[in-house]
Amino acid sequence: MKTSIQFRLNDEEVATFADSGSNLLDVLREGIGDLSVKGGCWQGTCGTCTVLVDGMPRLSCVTLAESCEGKSIETVAGLRQGAKLHPLQTAFMERFAAQCGYCTPGMLMAAKALLDREPNPTRENVVDAICGNICRCTGYEPIIAAVLDAARAAPRRS
Amino acid sequence: MTIAVKTFARLAEAASALSTERGARFLAGGTLVMRAVNEAEPSIETLVRSTDPSFVGIAVTSGRVELGAGVTMAAILGERELAFLHPVARAVGGPAVREAATIGGNLFAPSPYGDFASALLALDATVTLAGGYGQRELSLEEFLGRRERGASLVSSIAFKRPANEVFRFTKVTRVHPKGLSVLAIAAQLPLANGRIAGPRIAYGAMGRMPLRAKAAERALEGRPLEDNAIAPALAVAADGTSPLDDAIASAWWRREILPIHLRRLLLGAGRS
Amino acid sequence: MLEMRKDIFADERADNLKEVGQPTQRQDMLGHVTGTSAYYDDHRFANLLHLKILRSPHAHARIRSIDDAAASRAPGVKRIIRAADVPVNLNTLLSLIQFGKDDEPSLATDVVRYKGEPILGVVATSERAAREALELVRISYDPLPAVFDVEEALKPGAVSVNPVYPKNTFEYHGKYDHQKLRFGAVEQAFAQADFVSEERYQMSPIEHAPTETNGSIAVPDTNGRFTVYTSTQALFFSLDTSAKINAMPSNQLHFIGGTVGGGFGGKVDTLTEPLAILAARLTGAPVRYRLSRHEEMQFGSPRGAERIYVKDGVMRDGRIVARQVRAYFDAGAYTRLSSYAVVKCVAHIPGPYTIPNVHADVFCVFTNRTPATAMRGFGVTALDFALECQMDKDAVAIGMDPLEFRLLNAYRDGDMKAHRREAKNCALIECAQVAAEKANWPLRDEFRKMSSKKDGGAERAGVADRTRMSTPAAPVRTGTSAPQRVTYERPAGSTSPPPIQSTPPATPPAGSTHGVRRFSSVFGTRRR
Ligand SMILES: Cc1cc2nc3c(=O)[nH]c(=O)nc-3n(C[C@H](O)[C@H](O)[C@H](O)COP(=O)(O)OP(=O)(O)OC[C@H]3O[C@@H](n4cnc5c(N)ncnc54)[C@H](O)[C@@H]3O)c2cc1C
Ligand code: FES
Ligand code: FES
Repeated sequence: MKTSIQFRLNDEEVATFADSGSNLLDVLREGIGDLSVKGGCWQGTCGTCTVLVDGMPRLSCVTLAESCEGKSIETVAGLRQGAKLHPLQTAFMERFAAQCGYCTPGMLMAAKALLDREPNPTRENVVDAICGNICRCTGYEPIIAAVLDAARAAPRRS
Repeated sequence: MTIAVKTFARLAEAASALSTERGARFLAGGTLVMRAVNEAEPSIETLVRSTDPSFVGIAVTSGRVELGAGVTMAAILGERELAFLHPVARAVGGPAVREAATIGGNLFAPSPYGDFASALLALDATVTLAGGYGQRELSLEEFLGRRERGASLVSSIAFKRPANEVFRFTKVTRVHPKGLSVLAIAAQLPLANGRIAGPRIAYGAMGRMPLRAKAAERALEGRPLEDNAIAPALAVAADGTSPLDDAIASAWWRREILPIHLRRLLLGAGRS
Repeated sequence: MLEMRKDIFADERADNLKEVGQPTQRQDMLGHVTGTSAYYDDHRFANLLHLKILRSPHAHARIRSIDDAAASRAPGVKRIIRAADVPVNLNTLLSLIQFGKDDEPSLATDVVRYKGEPILGVVATSERAAREALELVRISYDPLPAVFDVEEALKPGAVSVNPVYPKNTFEYHGKYDHQKLRFGAVEQAFAQADFVSEERYQMSPIEHAPTETNGSIAVPDTNGRFTVYTSTQALFFSLDTSAKINAMPSNQLHFIGGTVGGGFGGKVDTLTEPLAILAARLTGAPVRYRLSRHEEMQFGSPRGAERIYVKDGVMRDGRIVARQVRAYFDAGAYTRLSSYAVVKCVAHIPGPYTIPNVHADVFCVFTNRTPATAMRGFGVTALDFALECQMDKDAVAIGMDPLEFRLLNAYRDGDMKAHRREAKNCALIECAQVAAEKANWPLRDEFRKMSSKKDGGAERAGVADRTRMSTPAAPVRTGTSAPQRVTYERPAGSTSPPPIQSTPPATPPAGSTHGVRRFSSVFGTRRR
């Protein structure tokens, strides 16, 4: 049985038909075609598929797509504003915070969820924010450094 | 074959769908159910959900706490009145898991999951079940004992609010800051004149589901929280447990380290 | 952060290089941070089919019968793939370089030899449909006794795991059941040593757990060829292996890859491509074969488990005079890359230390565990762990600082290695000195002044007579002034036939090796 699903993705209204019971990861990748979201375990354990749902981090592989009806979803595909990179993206590049890059989309979104709410995070905040995201290549130190750099670089919110 | 998803505005409707639909499984946060769905677990044919506002309600009065079973770990962390439960909620997965994981789902999570359930067991919580024909209350202990039988819907969980400093929790993991339980210990340790009066201790990952440390509780009764005084309780700490032998730790290891961590918890050095 | 110590070996390098020694951005970094790097699964095809594999629940069993009738009728199922469908259903990875015998089927025929071994494939319109169909396959097994321990597997009467190697050992050069290293005479040296230490080390298998699991998509092209998008770490290796298994010329295959979501050695085994291609051939449609995380853990090869025994003879003054290593590499049920790991291990013994008497026997053993493969320095990493643990224990036993103990025994330029090659461009001493400095580890002055370029060779590591124990080395002189380079007199060409690591025939001075017979542990004696 196919069911229709509609939500905002990176500030655009999108809709697709998907098998009922599908997870959000599959719907984003197969249904909508946002291939910036990666899957690594399809069981909630690696964090690779992290996206933001109404601003909060969620594991898209264990999120029922139908539960996101009408919500606002953010993926790394929407992180960059036109030609301009998000401070997190710049900091990840400068800090060599990616090697194979497969965990990077999830790391970036987990970090964004933190910075959106806590513009001045401590190292401990950063560690907690990415603790559900596994990186097998880089080691976490460059990633933590990049997130802290990005927080310092970002224009201050009130 | 695809799965049917049925969403109900009222918990009672969801409860009756759960008992009548073929292969029905309730979906709360989905952190565990969706994994099974992704793996095409044959026993799941219908996912039942509810958007009932009471399912995510939090009511804290001076004496009592009542939580909808759909309350998430993140919601607990956002509630200042529930600060004593923050260390427990924070111990469940990373931020993305906590955003989805519900306390109701935690009652069903197989060991070594179920950290929050151990805390609720130490808090002597009662569980309210929603049925097509009305509600039923039972103690969490009784509920856990029959968890595997039949699909009833947990609508809410309630417990007496512990006095300040009385509730303690520790979780031992091999991965920091987040990891699955080697074991978890939750305890209510009320003191009367410097002596323990009516302690309640629960373990996670020391059996197929959270369980009470009854022998240790008895051995602590009437004693001060001092090294010598708690020794008899530590000696019987593992009595009645049947710890898991899994990839996280062996049963032997769990039994070995249990008294060490119980001691730290009792003497106030537990991780929080 | 990165620190280049250009003061060390400054005379050995030109320092006017533009890239070397400078930080350089990865060329794929922008793609990574914008989510636009295209991994194998980021390619989309209409009518994509999905291959899922039925795997053995037993570590060792005979397959009595397979009933896939219900599965083949299940909704969405396009094709069942059976062992008989695989054109060349026996392969070994290193057959591409003529090393080892074909020993592993793509789909098991009569016997399964490890938990997770592939038996049958279902190609269906969705992964879910394929998984549901797998549930309908009925297989009856006769469980067989299994062996999980390397030393048990070598005992007489042990369960035979792999019929290609019935004695449970890989066969080197068609006749040897293990790799050997012989240098000096360890037994005499042990007898004369002040301390002898002996320990056993046991490693566990380690899963690479790349965040992207192994997978590939095979797409029939318009000209009869197949385009294959793959996560492989070894594109051409995988291409040739796929061509062999599918009995097709390799020019019918076009492999696209290189953007790999983590590998670490776990993506060199060509785990998915051959069957994806076969499925695409049999259905005429694009087919994806993607491992689940569970399959990655259970079927994707890990770093092998090694059991290593180390025996050292040490003098009170800190010299290691003898080292004996006996090691067993757990290959699991099939060879994959363990045979080669053993060769690498023996080439690394006795570690980066100058020891006049060395003796090693290393076995590649078959058991009913998941086949093992390459992982980050395979063959060497576990050995190093064992050796360095042993070094610490030795140092404690003679009451010496563990770092100074290492500095004392470290290779220096001009030393003779146990493999009868001269040590060149050594740098362990300098590395250890810098590490000590960084860690605020106190070193005595004479150790701080040591150099890889000084005092090497001569009686320190001379091999006067290879058959008898070398004359005990004179105490190491530290802090001497003149750097002393010694050119070795190479032993004359040995006439004895090679047990694996035998003396290479006389090697002419460096610089002209062309046309000379050289011994290679993989290929044996060869002309260059
Ligand atoms: C990466 C990861 C890390 C985790 N770490 C931890 C951890 O550290 N500690 C821990 O305790 N758990 C952990 N979990 C397990 C799980 O996330 C939690 O136990 C969570 O609380 C389960 O709740 P849920 O709402 O997601 O359950 P769901 O997946 O929605 O449901 C789980 C089961 O409970 C049933 N169920 C759920 N709610 C109800 C209800 N109200 N009435 C009747 N039945 C119901 C469902 O039918 C299902 O069978 C982890 C999971 C993941 C994926
Ligand atoms: S793919 Fe979602 S957590 Fe791994
Ligand atoms: S960069 Fe490869 S997993 Fe993080």
